[in-house]
Amino acid sequence: MLDGYTAEILARVQFAFTISFHIIFPAFSIGLASFLAVLNALWLWKREETYLNLFNYWKKIFAVAFGMGVVSGIVMSYQIGTNWSVFSDKAGPVVGPLMAYEVLSAFFLEAGFLGIMLFGRKRVGDGLHMFATALVALGTLASATWILSVNSWMQTPAGFGINDLGQFVPEDWWAIVFNPSFPYRLVHMVLAAYLTTALVVGAVGGMHLLRDQANAAARKMFSMAMWMLVLVTPLQIFAGDMHGLNTLEHQPAKVMAMEGHYDSHPDGAPLILFGIPNAEEKRIDYAIEIPKLSSLILKHDLNAPLDGLDTIPDEDEPPVAIVFWSFRIMIALGFAMLGLGLWAALARLRGRLYDAPLLHRLALLMGPTGFVAVLAGWITTEVGRQPFTVYGLLRTSDSLAPVAAPAVAASLIAFIVVYFFVFGAGTWYIVAMMRKPVLDHVLEDERDEVQGDGPTLAVGEEVAVKDKPGKN
Amino acid sequence: MLGFELSFIWAGIIAGAVLIYVILDGFDLGVGLLFPMTKDEGERNVMMNSVAPIWDGNETWLVLGGGGLFAVFPLAYAVVMPALYMPIILMLLGLIFRGVAFEYRWRTKRWKPLWDMAFFGGSLVASFCQGIALGALVQGIEIEGRAYAGGWWDWLTPFSILTGVAVTAGYALLGATWLNMKLEGRIQGHMRSLAWPLAVATLVFMALVSLWTPFKDGVYFERWFAWPTALFSGVVPLLVALAAFGMLRGLQRKADIQPFLCAQALFVLGFIGIGISFYPHIVPPSLTIAEAAAPDESLMFALVGTLVLLPLILSYTAYAYWVFRGKIDPEEGYH
Repeated sequence: MLDGYTAEILARVQFAFTISFHIIFPAFSIGLASFLAVLNALWLWKREETYLNLFNYWKKIFAVAFGMGVVSGIVMSYQIGTNWSVFSDKAGPVVGPLMAYEVLSAFFLEAGFLGIMLFGRKRVGDGLHMFATALVALGTLASATWILSVNSWMQTPAGFGINDLGQFVPEDWWAIVFNPSFPYRLVHMVLAAYLTTALVVGAVGGMHLLRDQANAAARKMFSMAMWMLVLVTPLQIFAGDMHGLNTLEHQPAKVMAMEGHYDSHPDGAPLILFGIPNAEEKRIDYAIEIPKLSSLILKHDLNAPLDGLDTIPDEDEPPVAIVFWSFRIMIALGFAMLGLGLWAALARLRGRLYDAPLLHRLALLMGPTGFVAVLAGWITTEVGRQPFTVYGLLRTSDSLAPVAAPAVAASLIAFIVVYFFVFGAGTWYIVAMMRKPVLDHVLEDERDEVQGDGPTLAVGEEVAVKDKPGKN
Repeated sequence: MLGFELSFIWAGIIAGAVLIYVILDGFDLGVGLLFPMTKDEGERNVMMNSVAPIWDGNETWLVLGGGGLFAVFPLAYAVVMPALYMPIILMLLGLIFRGVAFEYRWRTKRWKPLWDMAFFGGSLVASFCQGIALGALVQGIEIEGRAYAGGWWDWLTPFSILTGVAVTAGYALLGATWLNMKLEGRIQGHMRSLAWPLAVATLVFMALVSLWTPFKDGVYFERWFAWPTALFSGVVPLLVALAAFGMLRGLQRKADIQPFLCAQALFVLGFIGIGISFYPHIVPPSLTIAEAAAPDESLMFALVGTLVLLPLILSYTAYAYWVFRGKIDPEEGYH
C-alpha cells in the first residue's frame, strides 16, 4: 500500500499525522480548563446555580477531551525517539530538559489534580476543589509554555554550542528557553486555544438558544463566549502580526512562502490575496494581488524592498504551496471570527443577543473553525521550517531514525486506522454530550444517585439504568 | 568526575521513575487484564471506578520515563526507541484503547461491550509489550557508532516472549490484589481467589526469567554467580521468597492490604535484580550510563528543578490517593 515511499517521507507523514491529531485536544483543553476554573470560581462567588450547572456540563466534555489528549500525547513523547532518533541524540541535550520540565511541572500537575477536579468535590470540599480546578488550568498553561519553548527553539535556535559529536550543547539556558520566537509563539498559541474553546462554547450555546431562547445556561455560555471572541480576536490578530514580523526577521524564507513571493521586489512587494503556486515555474498563477501592500504590512513602508525565494538556495526552500494555502486559511478564519464577535457585540448593544437566530446559527456553524485555524497555523509554521528540524542547522533528512521503511509504513497505517476510529468515536461522544441540554445539578445528583455509576456520568443517560435491571 | 556522578544520580532518578511507573500503572493495567473475569455490570463499574481517578497520574510516570531518558540520556533514548520500534508502537496503541475506555464506556450503550473489550485488549497489549521491551533490553541491543544497528524484528525472541508473559501475569497479580484491597462482597472474594493462581504463575515466570538471564550474557552470569557478588546477589532471591510467603499468607488470612503490598514488593525486588544485572550499563551490552549521558550543563539544569518538583509530585500524588482511599462505594459513583 505504501511501497515505494522512503522511510523519511513516511516518518514525516506519520509525525505530521499524529501531532496534528494531538494538537486538537490541547487546543481545546487549555481553553476549557481555564473556562472551568472561571465557572467554578463564579459559582463559589455568586452562588448562581447556572454556573454550577455549566461547570458540571463542561466538566464531562473536558474529561473525554482530556483523555484523548493524554493518550495521543504519550505517543508524541516516544515518537521523537522511534522515528527521529538522530534528532533526539543531537538536540536532546538542549530540548530534552525542557520537555522533562514539561512533564514534571505540567503533566503531573494536571494528572494529579484532575481526579479531584472531576470526582472529588464532595470528598475534599469546595475550597480544595477550586484549588484543584485552578491547578489543572495552570498545568495546561505550563505545558503549553514548555512545549512552545521547545518548538520555538527548533525554529529560532539560540544559546547553544556544538560539540565534537555533533550534538547541540546548552550554553545559556535563559537564551534557550526565551529564544527569539518563543514569546510570540506562546502568546499566539494560548490565545488560539482560548478562541478555539470560545468558538466551541459559543456554538453549543447558540445551538441550545436556537431550541430555547429562555434557557439560562445557554444564554450564559453564549454570552461568555461572545465576550471572549470580541475581546480576544483583535488581540490575536495583533499578536499574529507581531509573530509574523518576528518570523520575517528570523526565518525570512518561511514568510516568502507564506506570501507567495517567488521573486524579489526591490521597490515594494504586492500582497497576493489568492493564486495558485506553481512550483515548476516558480511563480504564482492567476494571482490576485494588491500592489505594495505586503511591504506595508511587513516593513510598514509601501516602497520597502522585500527579498523573494529567488534569494534562497533551492535545497533550503520550504514547500511553498502548503505554506501559502494553510496561511490563507488561518487568516480567513481569523477574520471570520472577528466578524462573528463584532456581530454579537452589535446584537448585545441592541439587547438582542439571545434573540438572533441567524447569529446563533452562524456561531453554531463556526464551532469547529478554531480547530481548523490552529491546524492551519501549525502547518504554516512547521512546514515553513522545512527542510530543517533545527532551523538552518539540522536537516530533516539527517534527523531520521534507522528504521526500515516497511516498519514505518506499518505503524503509519496502524496509527491512521486507530486514530480515526478512536478519536472519531470520542468526537462523536463529545458532540452527543453537547447536543444534550444543560441540566439542573439537583436533578443530576438525583439521577446519579439512582444510577450510582459512571466516573463523570453524562446527564440524561438512560443507558446505564437500562443496563442494570434488578439493581436499586 | 562530576559528569560521572551527575549521570549516576540521573540513572537513579530515571530508574526510580520507571519503578514508580511499574508499581502504579502495573495494578492499573492489571485491573484491565481482569476486566473480563466478571460479566456483572455493577462489578465492572466498581473495578473501573477503583482506578478512574488515578490512572492518568499513573501513566504520567511512563511519560517521565520516556521524556527523562530523552532529556538526560539522549543517546540511550535514540538507540532504544528504534530498536524497540514495534513493541513500543504497539504499547502506545494499546494504551490509547484502554485510556479512552475510561470515559467512552459510559457514553454509549450499543458500543459499551466494545469499549470494555478495548479496556481489556489495550491493557493486555500494553502489558505484554512492556514485558517484551524489558526482555529485549536484557538480551542486549546492537549498537554501531551512535545508532541502533540491528533489524526491526530483533526484539522478538523466545526470551522476550517469556518476559512478556511474566510481566503480564505479574500485572494481573497486582490488579487482583489491588481489587482485593479496594472492593467488597462477591467480587472481592472472586479477585482473591484469582490472586492464587496468578501468584503462582508470577513466581514461576520470575524464576524462569531469573534462571535464564545469567545465561544470556557472561557478564550477568559473573554478576550473579561469581564470588563475592554472589553472596550479595543471593539476598534478592531470599527476599523474594519472603515476599511470596507474605502474600500467600495474606491471601489465606483474607487480609486486605498485605497481599497487595507483598505483590508490589515482588516487583520492587525483581526490578532491583534487573538493576544489578544492568549496572553500569544503561543499554546492555555495550552502552554505559556515563557514555549515554547528556553534557553536564543539561544534567545540572534538569536536576535542579527535578529535586524541587519530584518531592512535590510525590506529595500531591500521595494526597490524591489519600482522597480516594478506602473501599469503593458502589453507590457513590464519583460524580
